[in-house]
Amino acid sequence: MRDFPLIFEQSVSGRRGFGLPDPDVPARPLEELVPQQALRTRPPALPEVSELDVVRHYTRLSHRNFSIDEGFYPLGSCTMKYNPKLHEEVARLPGFARLHPYTPEELAQGALQLLWELGEELRELAGMDAVTFQPAAGAHGELVGLLVIRAYFASRGEKRTRVIVPDSAHGTNPATAAMVGYEVVTVRSDARGNLDLAALEEHLDERTAAVMLTNPNTLGLFEEQVDRIAERVHAVGAQMYLDGANFNAMVGITRPGDQGFDVMHMNLHKTFSTPHGGGGPGAGVVAVKSHLEPFLPVPVVVREGDRYRLDFDRPQSVGRVRAFYGNFANLVRAYAYLRTLGAQGLRAVAEHAVLHANYLRVRLAPYYEIPYDRICKHEFVASGIRQKRRDGVTTRDIAKRLLDYGFHAPTVYFPLIVEEAIMIEPTETESLQTLDAFVDAMVAIDRECQEDPEKVRTAPHTTAVGRLDEVRAARQPDLRWKPA
Amino acid sequence: MRYIPTTPEEREYMLRVIGVRSVEDLFADVPDSVRLRRPLRLRPALSDPEVLRYLSALADRNAHADRLTCFVGAGAYDHFVPPAVWQLVGRGEFLTAYTPYQAEIMQGELQATYEYQTMVCELLGMEVANASMYDGASALGEAAVMARDLTKRDRVVVSRAVHPEYRQVLRTYTEPLGIRVVELPHEEGATPPDPRALDGRTAAVVVQHPNFFGCLEDVRGWAEAAHGAGALLVVACSDPLAFGLLEPPGSLGADIIAAEGQPLGNPLNFGGPYLGIIATRQEFVRRMPGRLVGATVDRHGRRGFVLTLQTREQHIRREKATSNICTNEALNALAAAVYLSLLGPQGVRQVAELCLRKADYLKSRVAELPGFQLPFRAPTFHEFVVRTPRPAEALVRALSREGFLAGLPLGRFYRGMRDCLLVAVTETRTREEMDRFVEALERACRRGRQVVGGRVL
Repeated sequence: MRDFPLIFEQSVSGRRGFGLPDPDVPARPLEELVPQQALRTRPPALPEVSELDVVRHYTRLSHRNFSIDEGFYPLGSCTMKYNPKLHEEVARLPGFARLHPYTPEELAQGALQLLWELGEELRELAGMDAVTFQPAAGAHGELVGLLVIRAYFASRGEKRTRVIVPDSAHGTNPATAAMVGYEVVTVRSDARGNLDLAALEEHLDERTAAVMLTNPNTLGLFEEQVDRIAERVHAVGAQMYLDGANFNAMVGITRPGDQGFDVMHMNLHKTFSTPHGGGGPGAGVVAVKSHLEPFLPVPVVVREGDRYRLDFDRPQSVGRVRAFYGNFANLVRAYAYLRTLGAQGLRAVAEHAVLHANYLRVRLAPYYEIPYDRICKHEFVASGIRQKRRDGVTTRDIAKRLLDYGFHAPTVYFPLIVEEAIMIEPTETESLQTLDAFVDAMVAIDRECQEDPEKVRTAPHTTAVGRLDEVRAARQPDLRWKPA
Repeated sequence: MRYIPTTPEEREYMLRVIGVRSVEDLFADVPDSVRLRRPLRLRPALSDPEVLRYLSALADRNAHADRLTCFVGAGAYDHFVPPAVWQLVGRGEFLTAYTPYQAEIMQGELQATYEYQTMVCELLGMEVANASMYDGASALGEAAVMARDLTKRDRVVVSRAVHPEYRQVLRTYTEPLGIRVVELPHEEGATPPDPRALDGRTAAVVVQHPNFFGCLEDVRGWAEAAHGAGALLVVACSDPLAFGLLEPPGSLGADIIAAEGQPLGNPLNFGGPYLGIIATRQEFVRRMPGRLVGATVDRHGRRGFVLTLQTREQHIRREKATSNICTNEALNALAAAVYLSLLGPQGVRQVAELCLRKADYLKSRVAELPGFQLPFRAPTFHEFVVRTPRPAEALVRALSREGFLAGLPLGRFYRGMRDCLLVAVTETRTREEMDRFVEALERACRRGRQVVGGRVL
């Protein structure tokens, strides 16, 4: 079979895909406008293709992609819920999509009002006092959160050096702590899958700036002692940071602010349904308690009477983490989502996310090891350890075989504390029939592991390409096409 | 309930299978002390048509670029976006996919990203580009940290003609790591290469090209100065389309390029999502932040694409990763790939040339207006600074009433520049619009002299 062509391989010299205007201003020689030596000597080797070539190429590529629009995407920790089509229409209204970020505030009142109202809703959901829209993603939000905490301690003349994360934490947590110059201390989880309170206490002292928790944690389990953890953390003067990746399980049930968290980020591309776009863009709104508000990035949206403006005059601010104000188009989508669901709808989101996850957990339990087999929240972690020991088939093989059944694979090999981890998050937008079909596929694969393990080991068999050689990709990096 | 398909009967069935009596039982592990015992206090839920109506009303209160003729740039440019771009990018298959962790069913995204990486390298004259960063400013912050890691030095010298917001971000990213940022003054709008500004601790020099004022910098001169001091040259850029016409920084000796990719097919979006571009030399690839897509083969020997060199990244290396970035701006990168495919080498050159010529036309016309002056003599691309007879803020307000977004008043960023306006011209502006703009400027200043003459605004 032939390789699927690159757009460059379809290039024909002289072919055009654009319709630009002719110059309507006097044609002065270019050298009078810019010095000769500043001009490009060799044109970029971009493809020369027609508009139809481009349309066909990217349409065909789209057929080689799996998406929520196509099928079930039980990717744990990623909250792959349906992305409503209405939001796309709203985000593309010219009043939003064609609005320049340096439009004077009095001429962008609709956009600023939207941000203000979204902020009010998110503050209520989080149980927090202030928000910033600047972070472009969850990890960017973590960066803001830790910078804010650092600035808070600096304002009190305290120099704290450590951030504590559980061993089940997302990789972004320790990576962010390092970016803010903190030493990372890892604390183990206990036998129930919660943070080990005794182990935490051993590490807590006046060197601790923050404890970063995910709640429900990455095992999909609620931190049952969260209020006691907060108490101990605050007792040494440290701050509680919530990685809000798993907020979907909590909306309307319990608020991070009430759990004792001082700062959190919310992944609007998870809980609030903005599309993931093949890896981004996201939006990582950060919410804080009032004592941290002075340190938020500039600008902050404020309301004065019935007018809205951007407040830049915040002397204690940590500064900026990006240009302009945030991933605005995603903030528009998230607001449309919030307004559609309202208080009841959002609570129903959490309830059904949890209901669906527990249903899958119980249905799969006879076939797959579930190391922490108790009521879970919006996701749970199974393990392929039984299949590995019994049949010599790994979790990776099972994940690849699922692709043949028309499903995206769950998150695998994370969290790191579960061997052969299979992390499953169904979300509230999937139907019982879809969940049952997924169970059927997982059961069928378990049977295949016993009856025809080679078929599983060499999966996938029905996809555009077969299993790819990742070792070769890393050893002989080929990161761009080169003209022959 | 909207977007939840589960019926009450199905809910009861699932509860029975789970072995609990009620949904409430599923939350028994949430301590009472932290439960929310009241309904959320949110605005009332709206039906679909009501949501559309409400948000359309908010959108209508914004003076967007179809309502006011846009002469503001400063990091976000009103280029023409061919309709094919977002009709392709907006396809659900791209829009609603996650990060391509399962490569075999994500060849579309992965191949498009590989093509994007190639196009960025070609446009910027560089050897490797990653799959995207958040925006140009945060890409610059990451580039500075990368330079520190590569050189093991802790000082960064940055031109004051780099976008002020990019400089703020640079400080935010570097300060906690103990990197000292030193600013260099501009002269006549550009930053003349100055080896004396560099020392043995300097990790990187940062210049923007074309710079924030629209002026061209001596990138080659800075590359020599930086390399002479054992430092790296980081070039920021807020509109890579300039390199359809201008020699790209990669060919002039830049070591890392941090650019804003919004101009490549992405909407203005009131500031985001945009597209962070980072590109560098092959030898530095293992210190790069963010995702990289590489070509490989499948078990049958067919070409395929995967995420690669992941040992740089947070999910593998945790606190030792090159950055914490995970989610990026993949969809905006895809838009850039589609846009650059449509334009090709002739298209990018034509767009750049149109921008340059039109901006030059407007610059000359504005310079002839009584009371207007061009403070800088350095050559410019599609943006220029003009000194205005009235405070720039007031002028922008006046011009908005005439149907123009006149530019960015620079007083908020630079002391002594309250009467300076940064004006941008893209290929979408017509001569007729520019002529009307010039007339409106003249009128506003004539009227301004009568009405607010002498008053400090």
